Amino acid sequence: MLFEFPLLSLIIWLPILFGIAVFATGSDHNAPLARWISLTGSILGFLVAVPLYTSFDSATAAMQFVENHTWFERFNVNYHLGVDGISMPLILLNCFITPLVIVAGWKVIQERVSQYMGAFLIMSGIVNGVFASLDAILFYVFWEASLIPMFLIIGIWGGPNRVYAAIKFFLYTLLGSLLMLIAFIYLYQTSGGSFSIQDYHELAIPLTPQILIFVAFLLAFAVKVPMWPVHTWLPDAHVEAPTGGSVVLAAILLKLGGYGFLRFSLPIAPDASHYLADMMIMLSLIAVVYIGLIALMQADMKKLIAYSSVAHMGFVTLGFFLFNAYGIEGAMVQMISHGFISGAMFLCVGVLYDRLHSRQIADYGGVVNKMPVFSAFFMLFAMANAGLPGTSGFVGEFMVIMGAIKVNFWYAFLAATTLIFGAAYTLWMYKRVIFGAVANPAVEELKDISKREFALLAILAIMVLWFGVYPYPLTEVMHTTVDHLLVHVSNSKL
Amino acid sequence: MQKLYLLVPLAPLVGALIAGLLGRFIGPVWSHRAAILMVFTSLVASLIIFMDVLEGNVFNGSVYTWLVTGDTKFEIGFLIDQLSATMMVVVSLVSLMVHIYTIGYMHGDPGYQRFFSYISLFTFSMMMLVMSNNFLQLFFGWEAVGLVSYLLIGFWYTRPTAIYANMKAFLVNRVGDFGFLLGIAMVLTYFGTLDYATVFMQAPGIVDEKIELIPGMSWLVITVICILLFIGAMGKSAQFPLHVWLPDSMEGPTPISALIHAATMVTAGIFMVARMSPLFELSDTALSVILVIGGITTLFMALVAVVQNDIKRVVAYSTLSQLGYMTVALGASAYSAAIFHLMTHAFFKAVLFLGAGSVIIAMHHEQNMQKMGGLKSYMPITYWTMFIAALASAGVPGFSGFFSKDAIIEAVHFADIPGVGFAYFCVLTTVFITALYTFRLIFMTFHGQPRMDAHTKEHLHESPWVVTVPLVILAIPTIAAGWFIGPIVFGDYFDNVIHVLPQHNAIEKLGAEFTGIGGMMVHALSTAPFWLSTAGIFTAWYLYSARTDLPGKIKARCGALYTLLDRKYYIDELYSWLFAGGTRALGTVLWKYGDVKLIDGFFVNGAARAVVWTAALVRQCQTGYIYHYAFTMIVGIFVILTLWLY
Repeated sequence: MLFEFPLLSLIIWLPILFGIAVFATGSDHNAPLARWISLTGSILGFLVAVPLYTSFDSATAAMQFVENHTWFERFNVNYHLGVDGISMPLILLNCFITPLVIVAGWKVIQERVSQYMGAFLIMSGIVNGVFASLDAILFYVFWEASLIPMFLIIGIWGGPNRVYAAIKFFLYTLLGSLLMLIAFIYLYQTSGGSFSIQDYHELAIPLTPQILIFVAFLLAFAVKVPMWPVHTWLPDAHVEAPTGGSVVLAAILLKLGGYGFLRFSLPIAPDASHYLADMMIMLSLIAVVYIGLIALMQADMKKLIAYSSVAHMGFVTLGFFLFNAYGIEGAMVQMISHGFISGAMFLCVGVLYDRLHSRQIADYGGVVNKMPVFSAFFMLFAMANAGLPGTSGFVGEFMVIMGAIKVNFWYAFLAATTLIFGAAYTLWMYKRVIFGAVANPAVEELKDISKREFALLAILAIMVLWFGVYPYPLTEVMHTTVDHLLVHVSNSKL
Repeated sequence: MQKLYLLVPLAPLVGALIAGLLGRFIGPVWSHRAAILMVFTSLVASLIIFMDVLEGNVFNGSVYTWLVTGDTKFEIGFLIDQLSATMMVVVSLVSLMVHIYTIGYMHGDPGYQRFFSYISLFTFSMMMLVMSNNFLQLFFGWEAVGLVSYLLIGFWYTRPTAIYANMKAFLVNRVGDFGFLLGIAMVLTYFGTLDYATVFMQAPGIVDEKIELIPGMSWLVITVICILLFIGAMGKSAQFPLHVWLPDSMEGPTPISALIHAATMVTAGIFMVARMSPLFELSDTALSVILVIGGITTLFMALVAVVQNDIKRVVAYSTLSQLGYMTVALGASAYSAAIFHLMTHAFFKAVLFLGAGSVIIAMHHEQNMQKMGGLKSYMPITYWTMFIAALASAGVPGFSGFFSKDAIIEAVHFADIPGVGFAYFCVLTTVFITALYTFRLIFMTFHGQPRMDAHTKEHLHESPWVVTVPLVILAIPTIAAGWFIGPIVFGDYFDNVIHVLPQHNAIEKLGAEFTGIGGMMVHALSTAPFWLSTAGIFTAWYLYSARTDLPGKIKARCGALYTLLDRKYYIDELYSWLFAGGTRALGTVLWKYGDVKLIDGFFVNGAARAVVWTAALVRQCQTGYIYHYAFTMIVGIFVILTLWLY
């Protein structure tokens, strides 16, 4: 049976081993080999994750595919893995994005190819580890480890200001996570010597420590999401990161923060969550409105999309703290959908950047005249970014707005302004970059997308449309887990 | 039959995919053949369904489950009844005519296949909208038609005005959709479902529920819901103050001005309110709001039409004004009259637009009427069909527009809710103005001396058959559609679809007096609208055919008024200063001061600077001189000893 087969270990370690193998190919003489090994590894990584979905039992909220082995007996640290309806879709998303990123870097990355490709594979495995860990220390190790590859990707293959961006990214997120470790140690003491996350869920904690724990987690997760006002590392990181780095950052790494709220903050500190819900909702709404306005004024395409990511992730945190099924499931759907859409948006900017080596909106204009196929894809993703029904971008926002109005009309009112701002910043950018007469001689020279780029965008386009027209399979797997979580959160632990 | 329902929207979708994705491989001819065949299929299926509905076979069922969340199931499904079947026939008929017309109008355009793809996609979206049995799918169609409208207004994407207009259209519509989505969210909150039938059934149960949106002020929930939904309708159906996008949408190719921005999409808001009649009936406040908004749009947009010289813009403002009529009818609870006017308007406005397009082709894409004149003898088919449409638009007895407009005016006359007096004044005055601007267009374009340059005049000729045949076909319902007013408006046609409370039932009072279309026409001779429209036509003839020197003098005499109308009351300027400028300024302030200065400058980099600064300070202690350390040690020992001893 699959339950005895260490599927999750395979999903975690297969990409990491392939990553090490890619490193072993060494110098750029072996670049083609490194690319092919990476592609094979990433595709295999996705294929081994498929049984996770097909054998998943969506009728139970219990952890599935569980593996539990002793790691450090002295401190009761275990190699404890398992997934439920919240983590499983995120693992699939991660495994799905990795091959795309490898292909996206196929031609563009010509220096230190093996290291670049290897870093992405290793990161993919680490991120799977984060989502699958049921032991706090194991989680923490994976959590912090995930910083290293991204730090290197930005710092080595990034743009001119890459060192500032990489250090900002690293320090911001590292400082956020340190308090989380303290929270784990506190919980270890309180629980009588357990690092099991599931044990923490059942732990009775008075309100004041709950609030402290909540705040400790909040710093770690809010930075990752990122929530307003700790979001300023993201635009810098995105702008400097290579295309593949931006894609993984937006599509995957931001979700670690969202996942953290669902796995730690809500179930471990439910009373504090309720107590601080208004504040969390306010911060999320500020992210939606304030960031939406800022995104409008960006002159750099990547910065614009980065800010739009922050606004979209605002829906995720908003959904969590509504404490109803619409909100939490909507937030989950928003995370998955944002993975496809923001990934696709960054790929589109990457396509342009590879040709003109500029991210400035002002350097473009009339691209459609030269790149009609690309423009059609970009239009689809822009509309998805603006939350058009029929694309996956609509589903999550719709569900969260429906959930918000049940709590307070004005929450929904502010959240729904994204309908206007989201469309405004996305379409204004699209208009200035794509429409119009050919703006300058550089645009005149543009060539439409290659087959490789076409394949990448087409795959994402299919996902965006599929989950827009038929999101049912996506929410189906999370129902039981979300319902269980809602019941859990509604019971006081005082 | 249920497979046929699916065929109606899916056939145009297939057409759109063929023309859009395969267009560059199969070429223009096969693309338009595929698209037209698919829309024709849709029309035939719609007609069969329409006949079936006439026999009383209505359908309400789901196709598939879109999403399940919490305890709510969201489904994609169809509601086929008299209202949707009527809309399906109108949409597919006008769409087919526009498809055929496009062959002529867009001939040789580099985006030929793309254009067919878009209009087929539009037909699909519009069908999904009208056939929906729930609010969610309605919103899907609602936004999808908005998307296609965006794509088509910006069809000629190298024109700066076109790509400005399409963004403006999308954003203004989004403002409407913002309200609409909140309305849908309120419906879901209070009814627990988005299924029409269930919501309508439960609606009377929440009549007395109140909500305090602002502390201390409580509103009826149903009023809030209806007004939010109506904000959506204001966006899509271009009602004041969200009307600004429609005139600019004329930047798109003329066939879509006819199909989307006159005959079908812009009527989606009217259709929606009529569909929701069981909700709107419960809120007198909402109905009053609708009446007043409709009245303002009717009158003030018609006035603007009088001073326009661009042939398409005249028709565009006429569309705004006519949509105002429909809105007024909705506010007066005369839903059936609104839908009836929607239908007749779809035909006569399509003819006016397609005719205008035909003129524009003949004039080598000149749209200024002051450079036209005397086209009658060169383009007889275009002239006569447009003349018929103008008669219908002006409400001359016998033509379709007369019946529908007269029904609306009379219904408003009989209605009795706040705001009805103002609305009645607006709709009545506008009869005169409508006749004036419509016939101003006819006289300036087709009569009098030709004013175009010699080159254009030499090449003047009637448009090819693909252009004129749709005109002629659409001219038939332009005359005759009104004759069915008896059963549709006063009869039991919409009995199970549209709900009107007894105290709102102006239509029923009207129906009691209705003695057939002949009687209605005879009766009209003794009423104000008839004489107003006659006066309007006469004035137009006098000013623009008999004494062509007069308009210039009037313009000189009423300079301020003329400028106000010519600048469309300065609403565009206001919006672009207040909303576009204001939002950009706010965005800049938040970015430069909030993000860059405060968060990044003060906190983030400030923290880094604080670390550097502290380190520099502490570093001072590490001097490296042994006597400094020795001295510090001695002081330390002394202090510790002192503390220890005492």
